Amino acid sequence: MRAVIVGNSATAVGAIEALRAVNQSAKVLVVSEESHLIYSRPLLSHYLGGEIDQVRLAYRPSDFYTRHEVTPILETRATGIDTAGRRLLTQDGNSIAYDKLLIATGGTPILPPMPGIDTQGVFSFTRRSDVESILTYLEAHGGKEAVVVGGGMIGIKATDALIKRGIRVTMIELAPRILGVALDSTASRLMTRLLEEAGVRVLTGNTVTEIHSRDGRVHSVTLREGGTIRCDLMILGIGVRPNTELVEDSDIRVNRGIVVDEYMRTSAPDVYAAGDVAEAYDLVVDMNRTVAIWPNAYRQGAIAGAHMVGIETPDAGGVAMNAIEVHGVPAISVGNSNLEDEPGHEFLTDLDERNHRYKRLVLKDNRLVGVTLVGHINRAGIYTGLIRHKIDVGASRSALMSEQFGLLSLPDRYRKHVVTGEGIEV
Amino acid sequence: MALSLATASFVIERDPARCIACQVCVRQCANDVHFYDADDDTVRAHDQSCVGCHRCVTLCPTQALSVRLNPLEYRPHANWGPDILRNIYKQAETGGMLLTGMGDDQPQRIYWDHMVLNASQVTNPSIDPVREPMELKTYLGAKPERLEIDDHGDGLTLRTELTPQLELDIPIMFSAMSYGSISFNACESLARAATEAGTYYNTGEGGLHPALYQYGERTIAQVASGRFGVHLDYLNAAAALEIKIGQGAKPGIGGHLPGEKVTLDISRTRMIPQGTDALSPAPHHDIYSIEDLRQLIYAIKEATHYTKPVSVKVAAVHNIAPIASGIVRAGADIVAIDGLRGGTGAAPTMVRNNVGIPIELAIAAVDARLRSEGIRHRASLVAAGSMRCSADVVKAIALGADAVYIATSALVAMGCHLCQHCYTGKCNWGIATQDPYLTKRLNPNIGAQRLANLLRAWSLEIKEMMGGMGVNSIESLRGNRDHLRGLGLNQVELDALGIKAAGM
Amino acid sequence: MSKRIVIHEEHCIGCRLCEVHCLVQHSSSKDIIKAYGGEHSHLMPRLTVEEDGPLSFALQCRQCEEPSCVEACVSGAMHRDPLTGMIMCDEERCVGCWMCIMVCPAGAIQQNLLGTKIASKCDLCYGAELPACVAHCPNEALTFDDVAEKGAGS
Repeated sequence: MRAVIVGNSATAVGAIEALRAVNQSAKVLVVSEESHLIYSRPLLSHYLGGEIDQVRLAYRPSDFYTRHEVTPILETRATGIDTAGRRLLTQDGNSIAYDKLLIATGGTPILPPMPGIDTQGVFSFTRRSDVESILTYLEAHGGKEAVVVGGGMIGIKATDALIKRGIRVTMIELAPRILGVALDSTASRLMTRLLEEAGVRVLTGNTVTEIHSRDGRVHSVTLREGGTIRCDLMILGIGVRPNTELVEDSDIRVNRGIVVDEYMRTSAPDVYAAGDVAEAYDLVVDMNRTVAIWPNAYRQGAIAGAHMVGIETPDAGGVAMNAIEVHGVPAISVGNSNLEDEPGHEFLTDLDERNHRYKRLVLKDNRLVGVTLVGHINRAGIYTGLIRHKIDVGASRSALMSEQFGLLSLPDRYRKHVVTGEGIEV
Repeated sequence: MALSLATASFVIERDPARCIACQVCVRQCANDVHFYDADDDTVRAHDQSCVGCHRCVTLCPTQALSVRLNPLEYRPHANWGPDILRNIYKQAETGGMLLTGMGDDQPQRIYWDHMVLNASQVTNPSIDPVREPMELKTYLGAKPERLEIDDHGDGLTLRTELTPQLELDIPIMFSAMSYGSISFNACESLARAATEAGTYYNTGEGGLHPALYQYGERTIAQVASGRFGVHLDYLNAAAALEIKIGQGAKPGIGGHLPGEKVTLDISRTRMIPQGTDALSPAPHHDIYSIEDLRQLIYAIKEATHYTKPVSVKVAAVHNIAPIASGIVRAGADIVAIDGLRGGTGAAPTMVRNNVGIPIELAIAAVDARLRSEGIRHRASLVAAGSMRCSADVVKAIALGADAVYIATSALVAMGCHLCQHCYTGKCNWGIATQDPYLTKRLNPNIGAQRLANLLRAWSLEIKEMMGGMGVNSIESLRGNRDHLRGLGLNQVELDALGIKAAGM
Repeated sequence: MSKRIVIHEEHCIGCRLCEVHCLVQHSSSKDIIKAYGGEHSHLMPRLTVEEDGPLSFALQCRQCEEPSCVEACVSGAMHRDPLTGMIMCDEERCVGCWMCIMVCPAGAIQQNLLGTKIASKCDLCYGAELPACVAHCPNEALTFDDVAEKGAGS
């Protein structure tokens, strides 16, 4: 059996570890466009911020491939799939035969059509090469001021890293508020204020219409709502879309992402897709959708990897979630955390603006469907578990918002399952 | 409220160099003695409420605590000691009876400590229990006048039909303690330990919780004056039945389980409404004579189809010998006698400390009387009322008991520190309480193991002492008062015990 | 077979000696007086006693069969120890992103108090014969028992 994995991140690792847990004989190949061995994309901002060195960027020990008997084929871009002939086509005109193929190509940064986008000093922020380019650029030219386009996860993480390097940042977000996908307006306001306390200028409902250069390097940007901002550096952190390029010419079904079933199988036989590229089941919204988050990528990879070697563990579905930190204050959002005034939903909130503390629960039919925590995040996972297992918390409602919230206040059966049982399975 | 004149019995000593303010003591004291003061991050104590149970001392992770008698000294008076004064102060404040728990704490003579055992030297060699079999097996129940045996030529069979017997691997049983007076976990510990050790425990007048029916073969079920929890299944679940007439700690007194201890589980087990006081009358209202007692004994035997021995338990009082004789003649298979120092969950202090006679004298008197009447074989004699160690057990058997009941020793094995406050329901050791927060403190796995360990340890010691006496079967020791001698006793006492003075 | 701390909530008496001894075990001196004297403000137990009247239990990492924290960890710090099979946090690698806190269904991972951005969780007193909480529980409410593992890959 020959398993080929396209992509070299969390999904690939999930697949390799699950596969090797039960099977030592399969041949496993990893095809990656990038030149690096496995590293952690979410750590890129920590790397840029100078918190960790290159060594700690590694997501797995350096002997990961050898220990798992995986053949890496790096710096090789896969360009297409011959599903009938079971071959993966590569840019150099060759092809690689597979018995099972996992597409784990992740996402591509969204680059808006912006005049001057090719100017030196304008970077995207998804790959290690992006960060290395930024570091090289900063070393060569210095930089005191930066513009970050995008007030979502990527934009925030880039901003946080730049602050740590002592660079003044202006953040520009097209939507009326930052982190709108994850947070409600109150939490968003708290995070905005934290950014501002850290010295960031946050502009919402605005965007860059033109990028100006001087000596071939970025120098300033013009805003849609008027005015110009000087900058030595610009990072585009709007977001990513599923990188489905590989399957565009095939008969594999693509919606927004590649459509997969509960075993991460695509519409083509023996072809799997998982991670940011896949459109898998989300149990909170009860439909398939792309959710580009690390835990989903790993888990889906593991499900696909196991299925390749005959272990059928259906995916119970993912839950959108994120953890970020701004100016030393952590924030967590899980599920439908950004809903506001949605009919049929109930909202429990507790705000301590002065201490940057906020807690907000979204309930529907006595079940938790969304959580936001700012400031005090310990034990957040209990809420996540309640969302994931769709536990009726009607009787524990008052305890949900208590400072002392814990497993104790939950329905007996669930508590015993977590506390004295075999542990939670996901 | 007027000032209380009763001073604290104990003072808490806390070593500030060792106290880490972890507050384990605060959480463990049901009497709210210890408290945490967040202002200066220290733990302090209200000494007045301390009962001296040592729960805090035992659990303190840095050994920072000690509990001492209040060093406050009263002007010495041989007649009016501090305890007497405190009692009067308390009664003057409350107008109530003084209540207490556990057995008599007064310094009446403990005859066990004035009797010594014999050992073989030269002419009658001792036996090494490690190398020789040593029999502790004991059968309780009526024994026949004589045995008739059929000889088939190829073997013998017993023709005489024996009445039901209890088979004990060790001549020690757990005495009556009701579910209500002690926690469920304590009951379960006793039941499991009795099962493991091959002996019996006793339900007291608490009925039998459904979860304990599985230990029925190791259960002696009591029928007492309140008849709590008595029904046919209860009688048939047990290995033997015991009619409780009296208790050593409070002869002539009934029982009283306050309503707050009558939880749902207890109310079901006792078959009384939840939250109501469970009052056991002082007498059985249907027993005013030996004949009445005989009726109840036979009612129980009928109900259980003569398959189980019936015991009658009485307190050791002045005329215990004729009383025991009457009980045997009424048809009891076992006579259980509970002495002055026997324990209780709650008794009026005056009754506990002043009513009844020590068990040592009662055993001697009863054994002698039943022998003289020629009816000793018609019932087994079980002695209760403070068997503190294996030597007490050996002496009780040598005096004439078939077996003993232990209760206080069993409680101590489970953690009891004899603070004598069982009646408050705040037992910090999780034994004499129904507060679910406190009952958890006795893990029945640990309780059962500790009890079984105690019985095992005592059985080893008993065998060792028997071996020394040159006796290899507990039956040979029973009533063998030649193995006993009195130390520091006067002739009247020696005669009452039926033993010679040491040196004779 | 692997060893796991089993919680017996029916025997937990809420004394919190487990917390005390956990803290001591993870102090530099491992001496209870010193740990509480000088280091106390920097230390925290790696387990929590939840308590409401008679219901209480000491909760530490449940060593899930399929650990959400390992799945969510972006740095590779949270891992299954290849030797012991235990879920461990490699504190050298942890960057304090709190993804594990977000997903742990038992709420058994915490931010540590030092502000060093490290996820603090039970390490089963790595190297010790018995975890300190188990060794010092006065009522056997925590036991360290063999637990049969389920079929691989499930």
